[in-house]
Amino acid sequence: MTTAMTTPVGRMAALARAEVTLLGRSRGTLFAAMFVPLLLPFSVREAAKGMDLAEAGLSLGTVVLPASIGFSLLYAVYATLVSVYTARREELVLKRLRTGELKDTEILAGAALPAVVTGLAQSLVLAVGCAVLLDVGAPEAPHLAVLGLLLGVVLCASLGAVTASFTRTVESAQVTTLPVVFLSMIFSGMFVPLEVLPDRVASVCELLPLTPVITLLRGGWTGDLSAYEAIGPVLTGLAWTVLGVLAVRRWFRWEPRH
Amino acid sequence: MNGNEHEHVIEVTDLRRVYGGGFEAVRGITFSVGRGEIFALLGTNGAGKTSTVELLEGLARPAGGRVRVLGHDPHAERAAVRHRTGVMLQEGGFPSELTVAETARMWGGCVSGAMPEAEALDLVGLGRRAGVRVKQLSGGERRRLDLALALLGKPEVLFLDEPTTGLDAEGRRDTWALVGELRDAGTTVLLTTHYLEEAENLADRLAILHEGRIAAAGTPAEVTAAQPSRITFELPQGYFVGDLPPLDDMGVREHEIDGRVVRLRTHELQRTATRLLVWADTAGVELRRLDVRPASLEEAFLGIAREAAGAAEKKEYAA
Repeated sequence: MTTAMTTPVGRMAALARAEVTLLGRSRGTLFAAMFVPLLLPFSVREAAKGMDLAEAGLSLGTVVLPASIGFSLLYAVYATLVSVYTARREELVLKRLRTGELKDTEILAGAALPAVVTGLAQSLVLAVGCAVLLDVGAPEAPHLAVLGLLLGVVLCASLGAVTASFTRTVESAQVTTLPVVFLSMIFSGMFVPLEVLPDRVASVCELLPLTPVITLLRGGWTGDLSAYEAIGPVLTGLAWTVLGVLAVRRWFRWEPRH
Repeated sequence: MNGNEHEHVIEVTDLRRVYGGGFEAVRGITFSVGRGEIFALLGTNGAGKTSTVELLEGLARPAGGRVRVLGHDPHAERAAVRHRTGVMLQEGGFPSELTVAETARMWGGCVSGAMPEAEALDLVGLGRRAGVRVKQLSGGERRRLDLALALLGKPEVLFLDEPTTGLDAEGRRDTWALVGELRDAGTTVLLTTHYLEEAENLADRLAILHEGRIAAAGTPAEVTAAQPSRITFELPQGYFVGDLPPLDDMGVREHEIDGRVVRLRTHELQRTATRLLVWADTAGVELRRLDVRPASLEEAFLGIAREAAGAAEKKEYAA
């Protein structure tokens, strides 16, 4: 008798399906993932109104839109995954899954799928919303916007796994996610565009993990970012992704500390 | 039985496991398990049972030695082994907010050649609890869910880490019956337990682990046979041990006297008992609190623990 072997896609789909069910049953995570990113843009809008954006060649829309997608990546993908990975590890689910046919990367990817899909869907809603409400229009350089979004998703997922490695409980995830969330909000060009910061500060901020994502997204919409100018952010983003993946391989914990 | 009757499905050679802090949990153990055999790793808590099983499951890389499951290294060649093994961890491993059926469906999607999930749940008597969330299950029900999932893929090799801990007497017997049926159908089973009765009832062969080493191994009968039988009685008033027939002559290996209670250890139970009873009969005395006990796995187990404790004490005196 030949046995029907499972495939990576099938295995990850089974895992993702269970994660969707679990996401629906975890009110706190669901709220943070679904609604916080949709509410935060309003606060950016208030902050941006007080800045002299025109001088930096920006508009309200081209500030709020990338920031909104950034929030979505931080909350729906990054923070959600820190909770998910931590919860599954503490309940020994990750250890149990590792006894089966799933490969390690399939476990991490399968569990991440619902959060990633949420993040992408939200980004789409936000982009359309901003395009209509704030009169931003369609992106001038869609390839940069797409590149920025994909980079952001992969980066936030791997950063989520790294942060989960240093998070003992689901409750403490609210604290352990703060550094990445706040640093990104303030210094990655979300609340405050790098264009309005002093040059020296801005060049340091450019090295933060989420800055290239925001830069590419904004460039995607304004069309002001030349291919040459895009190389820096792309390389920085890739470097962080590689670092993230290496950190996961080095530090990710599959079972609770004894 | 086919021609592979004597094939070694699990082969462990000089296996070692060292944890991060330097603690040596497994200190060089060797054993093998044949196809269709139930092999039990027996030991107290901390003896190294789970540490050993996790290496067989491929969850960790050994610090030394070699593991082969179905001819493959379960850690390095995970893909070649996993679809042929079923694993039940010592503890849980399911999201508490999923129902039994949802958990089984998730696992079913990750197992090659899985039987219908409902069938697996019925095997362990959880069919009627399918709609219940895992967090609402009793400890015993969780163990049975874990067993059902381990069986989903109809594995050739089954690893069961304390499969009946938390089960009531009836649940334990049900599990034993199920594991016995699986063995009869050709499944190779490696289980750990600290219930001696479980090992005695189920295992074709067993190894008693103590502090990371195998202290005794063989069939339950072999392990037991290496242990002396025991006769205990109260000396009648006015008699002393010296009044008994010469102990050597009776086949007694060791004796202990505790007040008036005499404890004899012998490898020749019939000879010792006969000589003792004939003596009592001839002398016309009654041996109160007479207890004649053949060697049991429990004796073997306690004997090993006692020896180890004695050795540890000696070491302390020496220090």
